Amino acid sequence: MTSVIVWTIVILSCLGLILAIILFLVAKKFKVEEDPRIDEIEKALPGANCGGCGYAGCRAFASSAVAAPNLDAHFCPVGGNEVMKKVAAVLGIEIAEKAPQIAVLRCNGSCTNRPRTNVYDGLQSCRVKAQLYSGDTLCPYGCLGCGDCVAACQFGAISMNPETLLPEIDETKCTACGACVRACPRKLLELRAKGPRGMREYVACSNRDKGPDARKACKASCIGCGMCFKTCTHGAIVLENNLAYIDFSKCKLCRECEAVCPTGAIHGVNFPKELDKAAVKERIAKRKEAEK
Amino acid sequence: MSKITFSRGGVHPHDNKLARECRIEVLPLPPVMYVSMAQHLGAPAKPIVAPGDFVKAGQVIAEPGGFISAFVHSPVSGTVKSVAPRKDLAGNPVMHVEIAVEGDVWMDGIDLSDTLVTALPEDRDAVLAKIKECGIVGLGGATFPTHVKLAPPPGKTAECLIINGTECEPFLTSDYRIMVERPREILVGAAIMQNVLGGCRCVIGIEENKPEAIAIMKKAIKELGYEKRMKVAVLKKRYPQGGEKQLIDAVMRRQVRSGGLPIDVGAVVQNAGTALAVYEAVQKNKPLVTNVLTVTGKSLPESRQHNYLFRIGMPLSYIIEQAGGAPEGAVKLVSGGPMMGKAVSNPDAATVKGSSSLLYLDAADTMRKSASSCIRCGRCADACPMGLEPFLLNRLAKVSDMDGLEANAVQDCIECGCCLYSCPANIPLLDNIRVAKGQVLGIIRARAAAKKQ
Repeated sequence: MTSVIVWTIVILSCLGLILAIILFLVAKKFKVEEDPRIDEIEKALPGANCGGCGYAGCRAFASSAVAAPNLDAHFCPVGGNEVMKKVAAVLGIEIAEKAPQIAVLRCNGSCTNRPRTNVYDGLQSCRVKAQLYSGDTLCPYGCLGCGDCVAACQFGAISMNPETLLPEIDETKCTACGACVRACPRKLLELRAKGPRGMREYVACSNRDKGPDARKACKASCIGCGMCFKTCTHGAIVLENNLAYIDFSKCKLCRECEAVCPTGAIHGVNFPKELDKAAVKERIAKRKEAEK
Repeated sequence: MSKITFSRGGVHPHDNKLARECRIEVLPLPPVMYVSMAQHLGAPAKPIVAPGDFVKAGQVIAEPGGFISAFVHSPVSGTVKSVAPRKDLAGNPVMHVEIAVEGDVWMDGIDLSDTLVTALPEDRDAVLAKIKECGIVGLGGATFPTHVKLAPPPGKTAECLIINGTECEPFLTSDYRIMVERPREILVGAAIMQNVLGGCRCVIGIEENKPEAIAIMKKAIKELGYEKRMKVAVLKKRYPQGGEKQLIDAVMRRQVRSGGLPIDVGAVVQNAGTALAVYEAVQKNKPLVTNVLTVTGKSLPESRQHNYLFRIGMPLSYIIEQAGGAPEGAVKLVSGGPMMGKAVSNPDAATVKGSSSLLYLDAADTMRKSASSCIRCGRCADACPMGLEPFLLNRLAKVSDMDGLEANAVQDCIECGCCLYSCPANIPLLDNIRVAKGQVLGIIRARAAAKKQ
């Protein structure tokens, strides 16, 4: 009886030893040389695997960053500058800081602004709806309201407002990964500079129809009147296809465009004071007179 | 009873041909017409008129915007008011030419009489050029330019011209009416196309639920002495028999391979309406500016079912008004048949070359039932006429597995809706598959473009 136990132990031990030696030799022979910095970078990254950087995940980002000559094409939107500094430190290079970004919705077609003219009873998906027709309102550019962006956000930063039926972005949670931008079939979400203390100015409309048509479809639409374009002294406003666009790299946050916009399509957010339209308009009038 | 039909899948919706006994009526002209520049498959046409121009009916107002594109003609005489984007029936902006109607003056050389011209022209190239100049497109629904289809690429020859008179979509009766009322014109049009294709055989496919049309077409063949040229094939009633590939399968017993074209198996399919348009273009010099449209629906009484001969560009709202307004109980207006038609979200939109019906659906027919889980019964796979597995495609579409979708041939889907119709769990299969098909086709096109470079 004892001999059986002894023999079993001996055979199994020998077997284990032989296999261990084989494994050791194979591991030596077929060793994959991997840059140890990839592991280090991956550790520094947030590990959300959201794909916001444009790579398949954090590991893919890390291996690509190691192979790249510089980090110009690499930016982790979730981790931001802090994480990028760590990544740069691992690689031993220096990088310029990027302004933090946030997603904004370029549509303000809430139920009160944009009357519904149709009832949609199909599948609740913006992508499906966009393929079938222009939406339940007269605006063929605006939000479809089925919440593809809400489903795409991995950080729970987007929610549907039940009153306006428009998605709302939680600034504290948005990491500017860009998943919502890709999910929206109407391309209404845009990543914009967060701005100093979160203050920013943007046109909350994407309607490219002519003024009367746009106005008929939605009370808060950009009608392409060009008031903002004429007022802006910083050359930050581009007017194209009956639609104004504010270039955030040039905007000085003077809020003059917001004050002169006749439909309220231009939104200013996170400003400490409410906009005194009359005062701003007076300021503009005075300046124009002085110019004359 | 006929046994001829396609070999795979298909469903049997009730045919509901409520307007089958209504003669074709000619609609009076509205004060304003809107002619769309995107009435055909392919590149939109380029307008060549400016506001203020006076145009006659039948005058060219837009030229083709590419190889696969078509001429567009003015359907009326009058002054061009504007050339601007306007919303189509889905609400998307499309370039339109707006014409204020003044009188009804036609271009010189257009024969508007009813006399039948049976003498077939000899010159093949001249006929093809005429078809192109007259802006003829396939009127079966896809609106593919006819002159492109009638000129097979070198190395491929047509063995059989199939005239599609199946009209398998429920409710629609426009093709049926023209077959009953103008059979000889259709046959002469078919003979012209047959000559263009080099004298191949010609089969007119008609489903057995239209016995009058079958009898009338057979009689007309005898009258014209076309017995040796063409014959009528009586097909079993089954949806989607009017699909190009299904009809080829039914008539010729040949299958078009995945990604292939009908000409690969020697077939050319043309709709009965297209044959009529070809006749009018070649024999009468009349461009494609009129078509027949059915106004129907269960909620309409028999006296208000109509088949209208309309000028292409009449606003839908005008036709609705002429037909006596929307009936009570109708909740949805569809352009086209109930299986493949599109819901009209903008009734002010203009009719286009491919408009075939205005269908009122009531709440019971249009209501979407809430979807439950897939039980893998396989009914959708049984129903799919293209031999696809809709349940699998639906699952792959949900996880955006583009390689998997392509491997399972989502690009072959003809969007007939048989899967959705047959699903006992009411899963919106087609909605998901259609989106995935668009994405996969985009990938395939991008790859082909990259390969060219």
